[in-house]
Amino acid sequence: MTDAALPLSRRAPIREITAWDRLKTNRNWLGFWFMVPAAAFLILFLAYPLGLGIWLSFTDTRIGRPGEFIGIENYEWVLGDSKFQDAVFNTLFYTTIASVAKFAIGLYLAILLNHHLPFKAMIRAIVLIPFIVPTVLSAIAFWWIFDPTFSIISWTLKEMGWRTTNINFLGDTWNARWSVIFANVWRGVPFIAITLLAGLQTVPPSLYEAATLDGATRWQMFRYITYPLLTPIIAVVMTFSVLFTFTDFQLIKVLTNGGPAGATELMATMSYNTAILGGKIGEGAAVSTAMIPFLLGAIMISWFGLQRRKWQQGED
Amino acid sequence: MSAADTRADITDNREGMSYLDTLPRRVVTVYIPLFLIMFVLLFPFYWMGLTAVKPKEELVDFERSNPFWTWAPTLEHITELIFKTEYPRWLWNTMFISVVSTVLALIASVFAAYAIVRIRYKGASTVGGLIFLSYLVPPSILFIPLSTVVYQYGLFDTPFALILTYPTILIPFSTWLLMGYFKTIPFELEECALIDGASRFQILTKIVLPLAVPGLISAGIFCLTLCWNEFIYALTFINTHANKTVPVAIVTAFTDGDQYRWGSLMAGALVGSLPLVILYSFFVEYYVSAMTGAVKE
Repeated sequence: MTDAALPLSRRAPIREITAWDRLKTNRNWLGFWFMVPAAAFLILFLAYPLGLGIWLSFTDTRIGRPGEFIGIENYEWVLGDSKFQDAVFNTLFYTTIASVAKFAIGLYLAILLNHHLPFKAMIRAIVLIPFIVPTVLSAIAFWWIFDPTFSIISWTLKEMGWRTTNINFLGDTWNARWSVIFANVWRGVPFIAITLLAGLQTVPPSLYEAATLDGATRWQMFRYITYPLLTPIIAVVMTFSVLFTFTDFQLIKVLTNGGPAGATELMATMSYNTAILGGKIGEGAAVSTAMIPFLLGAIMISWFGLQRRKWQQGED
Repeated sequence: MSAADTRADITDNREGMSYLDTLPRRVVTVYIPLFLIMFVLLFPFYWMGLTAVKPKEELVDFERSNPFWTWAPTLEHITELIFKTEYPRWLWNTMFISVVSTVLALIASVFAAYAIVRIRYKGASTVGGLIFLSYLVPPSILFIPLSTVVYQYGLFDTPFALILTYPTILIPFSTWLLMGYFKTIPFELEECALIDGASRFQILTKIVLPLAVPGLISAGIFCLTLCWNEFIYALTFINTHANKTVPVAIVTAFTDGDQYRWGSLMAGALVGSLPLVILYSFFVEYYVSAMTGAVKE
């Protein structure tokens, strides 16, 4: 007991606050240190390349040769190139059709899954599998399913007597476009369905009960309860969906490689072919930089377009 | 009302208004469409698995046997894949690169998310917004300049080219997800620790992280699948055959001119997806919460 006071008297005198202490405890400095690893990655490998890409699109860089500034020459060449115009058309067509289909089927599937079902958890887990399996590997399965001679779809249709010849899935302009869109929708639907399902589960059932008592039809319940309450989550999900469909690369690269005769060439595959395979880094960078305005536009439309409806509902 | 009655009420509520539907109606409006969609979603995998074990002569002959089934399954494609190609090496590359970049990304995101949510330095919310924006920058725009950057740094054709670039895809997502998790941890716990003299780093490792384990698992699983799935960087930055990852290698390896070796291709795709699917089947709930959590924020 007598020793109890000792530590107090032995305590060191209060130190001056050093610069090191400040670095350790100051909120802003501390925040800075904690941000360093993430910031290093994002600046070195994301922000810097993004800026560099825009700069490269104004130069005549080739693989193995640094380029010089040549102004907007690349863009003039790209805009006048009929291949690029086709690629823009293909990309817009691909994105629009695939996104609309993914949204419609995804929402439908989410509503189906929101019913009271036996083995619900298992069904939900199975539905997500196409999203888990790497795109390239499932694209290889589609490649085989879409084979011109040994397609299982052609075989089935022929067996049923609905067709007499094989379908040339990836060799014909429009068939190829619809085939890649189908594969993209197939891969994208699970993501949209499961995220929208999470949104649906937050809608209070009492709203539907009240609507039923008021004599609302199924469509009215969807239109005036489900859809308005889901809009915020739809906005986010569709922004991502549009963004990643627009910049899709893997599926096309594996299934058609842009063919037949450029019918499924998207802007992403065109920039790869120009810059990496063709060695014309400058022109390729111009093609991929040309995607940015489209992406910003898509983000604006899906984001603000749907946000405004949220505001109209008086939620904000 | 007895306890048993209330319990019955609760289960009734969970079923919602489904008692209003008759069984035939449910079959037509729910079960049949659901079955059709599930069939379309799963058929490619059935076809992939079937092709991987079908004998070669049955693969290109639909006349003599029904193509939807095989009575003579064979492991010939899978053994060919494992012993005659560099497939095990590619699988190892994919796993190694995915795991290392996931770990790097998680470490960076834990610090960043904690700083944004809890240290709340000046401009934290702006930085949070910027990180979300960087999530919206797709790899298809970045791969051309990144290839020159990777070349400058001397990383071209090494696994580090991918290990260091993949975190840029992962960090925005996992930071955003972890921010959500950290927000749910009560402030009081941290205040207590601060009063007891813990440093911020100790608080993070001893209090916040143990409580955020579900979030870390979710983010980790999701990052792993993203890495496994990545294609464009792996295709651009790696040239040597032995250094490639499964998705890239498989597309280039099994094409002998125009004659595609379908059996090996499918076996390769199947074996390449299985580790992910098995992992996923153990952590479905975490995976779903990662997906929906990142969207809800």
